[in-house]
Amino acid sequence: MQKNSLTLDVFCLKSKKMTLFDKIWNKHVVHAIEGGPSVFYIDRHFIHEVTSPQAFDGLRKRGIPVARPDKTVATADHNVPTVDQHLPIRETLSRMQVEKLTENCAAFGVELYGLGHPFQGIVHVIGPELGITQPGMTIVCGDSHTSTHGAFGTIAFGIGTSEVEMVLATQCLLQSKPKQMRINVDGVLQPGVTSKDIILYIISKISASGATGYFVEYAGSAIRNLSMEARMTICNMSIEMGARGGLIAPDETTFNYLKGRKFAPQGTDWDAKVAEWRTLVTDTDAQFDQELHLVAEDIQPMVTYGTNPGMGIPVTGLIPEESSLEEKERLSFRKSLEYMGLQQGAAIKGQKIDYVFIGSCTNSRIEDLRQVAAFVQGKQKANDVEVWIVPGSKQVEEQAKAEGLRTIFEQAGFQLRQPGCSACLGMNEDKIPAGKYCISTSNRNFEGRQGQGARTLLASPLTAAAAAVTGVVTDIRDF
Amino acid sequence: MKINSRYIPLNIENVDTDQIIPARFLKATSRDGFGKNLFRDWRYHNDDEGQPKTDFVLNNPAYQGKILVAAKNFGCGSSREHAAWALKDYGFDAVVSSFFADIFKNNALNNFLLPVQVSDEFLEGLWAAIDQNPDAEIAIDVEQQTITNVTSGEIAHFDINAYKKNCLINGYDDIDFLLSIRTDIEAYEAAHV
Ligand code: SF4
Repeated sequence: MQKNSLTLDVFCLKSKKMTLFDKIWNKHVVHAIEGGPSVFYIDRHFIHEVTSPQAFDGLRKRGIPVARPDKTVATADHNVPTVDQHLPIRETLSRMQVEKLTENCAAFGVELYGLGHPFQGIVHVIGPELGITQPGMTIVCGDSHTSTHGAFGTIAFGIGTSEVEMVLATQCLLQSKPKQMRINVDGVLQPGVTSKDIILYIISKISASGATGYFVEYAGSAIRNLSMEARMTICNMSIEMGARGGLIAPDETTFNYLKGRKFAPQGTDWDAKVAEWRTLVTDTDAQFDQELHLVAEDIQPMVTYGTNPGMGIPVTGLIPEESSLEEKERLSFRKSLEYMGLQQGAAIKGQKIDYVFIGSCTNSRIEDLRQVAAFVQGKQKANDVEVWIVPGSKQVEEQAKAEGLRTIFEQAGFQLRQPGCSACLGMNEDKIPAGKYCISTSNRNFEGRQGQGARTLLASPLTAAAAAVTGVVTDIRDF
Repeated sequence: MKINSRYIPLNIENVDTDQIIPARFLKATSRDGFGKNLFRDWRYHNDDEGQPKTDFVLNNPAYQGKILVAAKNFGCGSSREHAAWALKDYGFDAVVSSFFADIFKNNALNNFLLPVQVSDEFLEGLWAAIDQNPDAEIAIDVEQQTITNVTSGEIAHFDINAYKKNCLINGYDDIDFLLSIRTDIEAYEAAHV
């Protein structure tokens, strides 16, 4: 009897084609609630100063500890200054929030990579670079760009503060299984086109809400050929089309990236893990609720002109005409262009830029900085442009110095600052003044995102670097 | 559980959580008092409470009520739960839209702010009703999962999962539930972790 049902199980498992997402999901369901969500186990929980204080307070009120401090890692990133990090934070509320995190981590026994620590940095940059993020894991953080970790073949997504409290308290979350979408990008990227352009292109095609309710798997030869860091840029922005998260099947690129990292498995453990990770692929013929096919050769360097990340066009393109839109979209479109101070039908190329921000969990890794340095070497920034390069982590900062990138930046008139979220969300002093145009490698161009009245144009690090040199939106391919 | 009220029409698509509560107000370490900064940059000129933007709907005294009606893709962007806290603290008990961002929807439910997703047509009906009469009302019945455009009498069904509905009606908390199944979680950990 027992034997029979076992055979049946194995048979069912074999016949049912599973996606990569299904495989990880199924392994993490602790308990399924009738007519409701599943109790879902979380392997790694990242926390930061902004979305955690109320959650720790909740634990105190309930009189309970952090269930698994060994699976929880904290850093200070959203609110920290990017100059003089050795000094006390000047702004009182920011300082209090960072101090609160230190206090909470000490009280609840959570590892903290705070200011001054050699591992400090943006939460989605440090997880991968320390090898904490590993294929097959479930990862959450009170931050919507947790999807970044999906580049390693993980189910990683952002949660709210009540859910942060839930995970601290129980290491579990209540989750309903999302629908699944596969986005295939096949072909070869043209020179000057980067992974940032791929994702801006995808979002411009399917809109800022086109993947709401879905988890996305990115596949295809153009994705396979990307480095780990480039893959992270793509997964990072999954949320900008509404997706809960995005993931990419792990492969040799993934294993080579992870090997030898601080918290990656070592020795015989490593071999066993790699063998396990190799099974993390979508079965041939597995079904998705939606599937898209895109051609890499169609993608050009992209820039956004509006106030959501779906409002992107090729750098050589024109801002759409209102008449080309559906009636009900027109009001929002008009409001958006008014905020941006841009005209319908106009070219984006040649638009004057005041600030350049190269940073954020989308594009602040060492490869991004190397790419920018290789381009600006021997060039000068335009006179009236301010250029900030904010590394994603202390380790990236140190490496940039060691490789001589800082010298290149300084000679070009770029400032290499200290790690943090910085002008990505303008919670610290790094704000873009009202009315000014900033070309930014971050992920959101919402009204006021980089400071009240700030006007953000999202682009790749290369396109941003080109604008830094010319002072206007520029096609990198013209160099 | 019923929410019957006049409503405030916010006919803008893709309202992101950076607009609902701008980042500079996320420095607090408690959950209280976010209502006064709800839609801060749409409500005031130069961040000055003495200079309200009169064309913004929350500043129009003609519109009142505990229900916010918004256009497609409400609550997109940042996962900040502060957005749900701000709406609730300001006095809203429900938000109606034709489409909600996922994280916002969870955050809202976790704070007893009801997200009600309706069809584009139903939403059109609500805009039409309030265009005619700013006192127009909506009636929401959580048990029955129905929303009524009181002006036109149009009734629609909305989805909410059975577990969450039960939590909402009875004031239950997810964490209490998860703590109650701690032995299951420990068994899972023993087998898998
Ligand atoms: S860099 Fe920006 S998007 Fe990334 S975690 Fe920080 S604030 Fe969020």
